[in-house]
Amino acid sequence: MDGPLPSLCMTNMSVPVNQGGTQARIPIYPRSVKGRFRRLKWAILVIAYGTYFMLPWLQWERSGAASQALLFDITSRRFYLFDLVVHPSEIFWLAGFLVIAALLLFFVTGIAGRVFCGYFCFQTLWTDVFIKIERLVQGERPARIRLDKSGWTADKLFKKGLTHVLWLSVALLTGITFVLYWGYAPELVVQLFTGQAPFAAYATTLFLTATTYVMAGLAREQVCTYMCPYARFQSAMFDKDTLIVAYDRQRGESQLGRNKLVKGLKQQQQRHQAGYGDCVDCGFCVQVCPTGIDIRDGLQIQCISCALCIDACDNIMDSLGWPRGLIKYDSERHQEGSKPRLFKAKNIGYAVTLLLATVLLVWSVITSSTLDVAVQQVRQPLYVVLSDGQIQNSYMLKLNNKQKVPLSLDISVQGLDDAVLDLGRVRHIEIGADQSLQVRLRVRMPRDTGQTQIPFAFVIDADGVEQPLSVPAFFSMPR
Amino acid sequence: MSENKKTGHAVQTTGHAWDGDIQEYNNPIPRWWLWSFYATVVFSIIYWVLYPAWPIGHSYTTGVLNNITYTVNGEEKTTHWNTRARLVRDMQTGEDAVKQRRHMQEVANASFSAILSDPKMIDFSSKIGKVLFTDNCAACHGMGGQGVVGLFPSLVDDDWLWGGRTENIRETIASGRIGFMPAFGKTFSDQQMDDVVEYVLSLSNQAEDQPRVQRGKQLFGGEQGGCYYCHNQEGTGIQSQGAANLTDQIWTIVDVAGQKDIEGKRALVREVVSKGVNRSMPNWKGRLSDEEIKLLTVYVYNLSGGK
Repeated sequence: MDGPLPSLCMTNMSVPVNQGGTQARIPIYPRSVKGRFRRLKWAILVIAYGTYFMLPWLQWERSGAASQALLFDITSRRFYLFDLVVHPSEIFWLAGFLVIAALLLFFVTGIAGRVFCGYFCFQTLWTDVFIKIERLVQGERPARIRLDKSGWTADKLFKKGLTHVLWLSVALLTGITFVLYWGYAPELVVQLFTGQAPFAAYATTLFLTATTYVMAGLAREQVCTYMCPYARFQSAMFDKDTLIVAYDRQRGESQLGRNKLVKGLKQQQQRHQAGYGDCVDCGFCVQVCPTGIDIRDGLQIQCISCALCIDACDNIMDSLGWPRGLIKYDSERHQEGSKPRLFKAKNIGYAVTLLLATVLLVWSVITSSTLDVAVQQVRQPLYVVLSDGQIQNSYMLKLNNKQKVPLSLDISVQGLDDAVLDLGRVRHIEIGADQSLQVRLRVRMPRDTGQTQIPFAFVIDADGVEQPLSVPAFFSMPR
Repeated sequence: MSENKKTGHAVQTTGHAWDGDIQEYNNPIPRWWLWSFYATVVFSIIYWVLYPAWPIGHSYTTGVLNNITYTVNGEEKTTHWNTRARLVRDMQTGEDAVKQRRHMQEVANASFSAILSDPKMIDFSSKIGKVLFTDNCAACHGMGGQGVVGLFPSLVDDDWLWGGRTENIRETIASGRIGFMPAFGKTFSDQQMDDVVEYVLSLSNQAEDQPRVQRGKQLFGGEQGGCYYCHNQEGTGIQSQGAANLTDQIWTIVDVAGQKDIEGKRALVREVVSKGVNRSMPNWKGRLSDEEIKLLTVYVYNLSGGK
């Protein structure tokens, strides 16, 4: 605080007290801007939208299941990703994928700041599209401000109405497309419009339509500022070497601060001599900001690193014929005049764990078997003495056929002398395509007092599997 | 957000000052937050109307538009929304319940021999059978069916007092069994008792005194002992009587196999012969449906492989 505040009697406050106890949103009217970062962002948006909206329609030949390249089939508990079929038993892949995504976020954020927020986050992408719609219908920033301030005329009603209708259409398309990932798209889309789709499909569509409309249309930057947890913890990954959208205070303010392009201060030379910086205080950088901040105040939690202020400032500098870079991607350390350090424990640590996690996941996916086999010895009781004095052990064999064809199995015992495998009246074990089965196996052999635990193996020879699988087990003997 | 350095103006305060100069910043919550809070209030009011919510004395508000219909003893019953009724309804008409009943019907219509040669049907029967076994049988026969020597027969070995074929097992579960052997303590003299005991041990090759065995054999197969009525001349037992096979290594009443020396074995066998046996198993016909008994039979049969 700059000085002692007036004490006790506060009737003549210079700042009005907010009586309501809550703060209404201060509306933001982002001005459109052209530039290299804007172009990059549109390119990313086109790729992202193209992927999101077209992927459910991509067909992929596949036997025994719907021919949709990407299909998350909840009812039959299978995820189809092109030629990969993910079973519930492989749910840890999802965990692995999320770990990789998190590490990638940490790694990139540590080096280049909130790249995800500014370029890839769906909140940013959808808000961009919604602002674009707003501008096409209602006009540029001043026109929008005027429209909001004016009374309710037919023109305003039409423009506002059209904006919301278009927003809702995009939101609805977004909602429907999301649902199409969870069912066979060509059929599901027909079901959706003929009232035959499952309740969950309608509920999800409605929910996503509503959230898209509210988040991208109405809440916008408030999502990033108040709701998003990533925005908060990304700042924990920042350090002095992290790239941030930075205002070159030294160049912009010089000794006396910024000043408008008034008479006598129109040339860079004149300004420098007078002690003013290069910032002409045009306010363009503030007007284009989708979160409504002034980047010249320094790094702020609201900043999503979208770089639109860089484009704005570059445009102004270009038109003045002054060098670009008054606002640019820079690190605090570089601004202070030293060289930023990228090879440090934090970055290398993230990179190594990221690489490790990726290699592990890929390895796990590549080596996943087509037949899961698990053997568990029945422990109650561990062994049974039979009437002829032989010893019998029982085992539960769990089989999970992940192939699209039925499997026929031969089971034998290896490593036990004189052992007999008893399958009762079962002559032939067959598991249907994509099914699982539990079989009780009984193994008996003459009493051998030498060992109480004899290691051996079940050998499972399936006609679809190249090598017989060997599953280790123990045979228990009485003492 | 304490201060905007550039413009120098301070954040609003609440307008109070304590001890002269202590003031409180006013950083109001966003308005959308307040509206979200109101929305949750509205949600809860709608919830109170639709679902059971408020206690009134010994009763409560039941909610509207949310009735659940299910069948009790052939009659349709409609109640207000509650999870118990939902469970009952789901067990009757739910997707999984219908699927399970279809499998049940398949197994019910199949013969034992068809079930037992199809791993899929065994798997299904065993899963339900295990639940039935745990609820009805495990209290005496143990979780794994291992039994308790002297009290409850083991179901995991290949020795069956009442027969180990599926039909025998089904009959045992459905009708129960009474296992009885009279006490011979007063029938035999001490000398005769020693002889019979030695003969019984000889049936499973555990005897050591041949003259006693010879005398015991006369008593066992003769009219004074009359053991052969139930246990057969060869001592192999008669399953329709529940009479044990004395020629194998399995002892269900006393743990003869667990005794190291001959005297211990003799003492245990003497105890059984002189005191007799009286065991019973209740019937499950009224408690389980025919289909359930069938599934349980498959489960028990598959524990040991039957006989």
